[in-house]
Amino acid sequence: MGSITLKQVTKNFDEVNVIKPLDLEIKDGEFIVFVGPSGCGKSTLLRMIAGLEDTTSGNIEIDGIDATKTPPAKRGLAMVFQSYALYPHMTVRNNIAFPLKRAKVSPAEIESKIANAAKILNLTDYLDRKPGQLSGGQRQRVAIGRAIVRQPSAFLFDEPLSNLDASLRVNMRLEISELHKSLATTMTYVTHDQVEAMTMADRIAVFNAGIIEQVGTPLELYKNPVNKFVAGFIGSPKMNFIDAPQNEDANVSCIGIRPEHITLSTEQGTWAGTVGVIEHLGSESFLHINIEGKGTVTVKADGDCPLKYGDSIYLSAPADKVLKFDNNGLTIR
Amino acid sequence: MATTNSRTLARFMLLPSVILLLAWMIVPLCMTLYFSFIDYNLLVPGDKEFVGFLNYEFFLTDPAFFESFFNTLYLVTGVLLITICGGIGLAILLDQAIWGRNYVRIMVLAPFFVMPTVSALVWKNMLMNPVNGLFAHFAIWLGFEPIDFFAQMPLFSIIIIVSWQWLPFAALILLTAIQSLDREQLEAADLDGAGPFSKFFYIVLPHLSRAITAVILIETIFLLSIFAEILVTTSGGPGYSSTNITYLIYTQSLLQFDVGGGSAGGIVAVIIANIVAIFLMRLIGKNLEG
Repeated sequence: MGSITLKQVTKNFDEVNVIKPLDLEIKDGEFIVFVGPSGCGKSTLLRMIAGLEDTTSGNIEIDGIDATKTPPAKRGLAMVFQSYALYPHMTVRNNIAFPLKRAKVSPAEIESKIANAAKILNLTDYLDRKPGQLSGGQRQRVAIGRAIVRQPSAFLFDEPLSNLDASLRVNMRLEISELHKSLATTMTYVTHDQVEAMTMADRIAVFNAGIIEQVGTPLELYKNPVNKFVAGFIGSPKMNFIDAPQNEDANVSCIGIRPEHITLSTEQGTWAGTVGVIEHLGSESFLHINIEGKGTVTVKADGDCPLKYGDSIYLSAPADKVLKFDNNGLTIR
Repeated sequence: MATTNSRTLARFMLLPSVILLLAWMIVPLCMTLYFSFIDYNLLVPGDKEFVGFLNYEFFLTDPAFFESFFNTLYLVTGVLLITICGGIGLAILLDQAIWGRNYVRIMVLAPFFVMPTVSALVWKNMLMNPVNGLFAHFAIWLGFEPIDFFAQMPLFSIIIIVSWQWLPFAALILLTAIQSLDREQLEAADLDGAGPFSKFFYIVLPHLSRAITAVILIETIFLLSIFAEILVTTSGGPGYSSTNITYLIYTQSLLQFDVGGGSAGGIVAVIIANIVAIFLMRLIGKNLEG
């Protein structure tokens, strides 16, 4: 059990409106990711669901029951914070036991729950250490452990991986996904990293300036973004936006092509350009190609791309992969 | 400060101040040590002959010594208790978002800037005076007999005065410590179902332990040598009931002109201070480690 329903939820800080009226249905057992640039209101919304921020208007329902005014502890949710928010003077064991002790769980049961959580999270050898003696990844696991033992109806993650280094982040991403599969509990995850969103989510909600631009599965968002913002935010490297060609319909102000959909040719193509910086990643290369009068576009090519800086090149893209946007930035289908 | 060269240079640059500080401490200490072993009374000019430990014997067997020793302990622990408990309370109050918080914080610090003699005189004449004092007026208004603070509870009155001076210090240090507490920890505790008391005892108080240790150590150093407040209020009386070691040494050497005895008392005071320091460091020093 862990469905969360947001109905016309808004949030004002003093006079500033950070979340405009917003509806969202989070299904039981779903892994939903809130993604968006910093300051778009995604963390605020998560904190409102947790009960750490008041809701200015609208309703938050958890399992069909209105929880808008319910205090955080009574909502049955567990949160993992960006700073982990471990209690520094307590051992790992006591950190994990803290919510159980507050809930007056019997010592024997606490012990078995800690042992179980420690086994899942590979923390058994570290139970008697203090958070200060752990690495970033281990601290993260303790924070997750503290959330797991409460057996919440939903987990809330607030940018939990942003303090870890790149390789650890990839590992933790997998571990959290794995955890979601084994626990089958609703997880709501906030991040500004679209790669995390794409790799982990069942559904993604893309936020921008206090509104949800689009909600959908990762591939839906990748293939059919509703507007220019979503198209630019999802996908790495970013989608290329080029001013519409002259012969195009008057409605179309701009077209978008993903770097992986552009084909290069030395003989002919839609656009002519010069090769700029090439980033070799081994398995693939990213070429920054300057098109006269149109600006720079990024192109994904093979790892052993023979081109050099300054080469002339032609670019083209299959018509069905090109997205068209109107003057308001909306996708034309 | 990486190379051997720069480290050596740094040591040489530090040398003058270190030597000056060392001399500042060592010369008076040696003179006191010397005086404490001779018969040196300002009323009896003439030979200052070596008397061995006689001064110490007189000082340590004086009944006033024990009384003032315990008075010193009561004074220090009493003030520490009031300032730490009150300081934590004040710090938590000052941490709340209230209108004009910055001004309130400055006002709270004010007593710390008042000279000890002045604040003691204010308390003596305006607050605790049995005839004109505010407390006396209040007691009469309630229909009670006014309390003559300095006659009936001299040591307690001094504890109150000194606590009033040191409360802002403790409150301010503890306030900055409270402000450095990670808000996400409190939010996590909220989600974990901790009420206000659990949050205070499991999160806030452990977080404050280092600041509390610092306050205890710093205050103890100053509280062992309280003097002005006693001089201007009770003059150590009635009897010896509000005399502490510092004040006893003053009586010995400047009221009875027995410099030798006073110096012996001074050395005893230094030893007591060191014992207290070692005791405190053993007890709570581990809190200061990272």
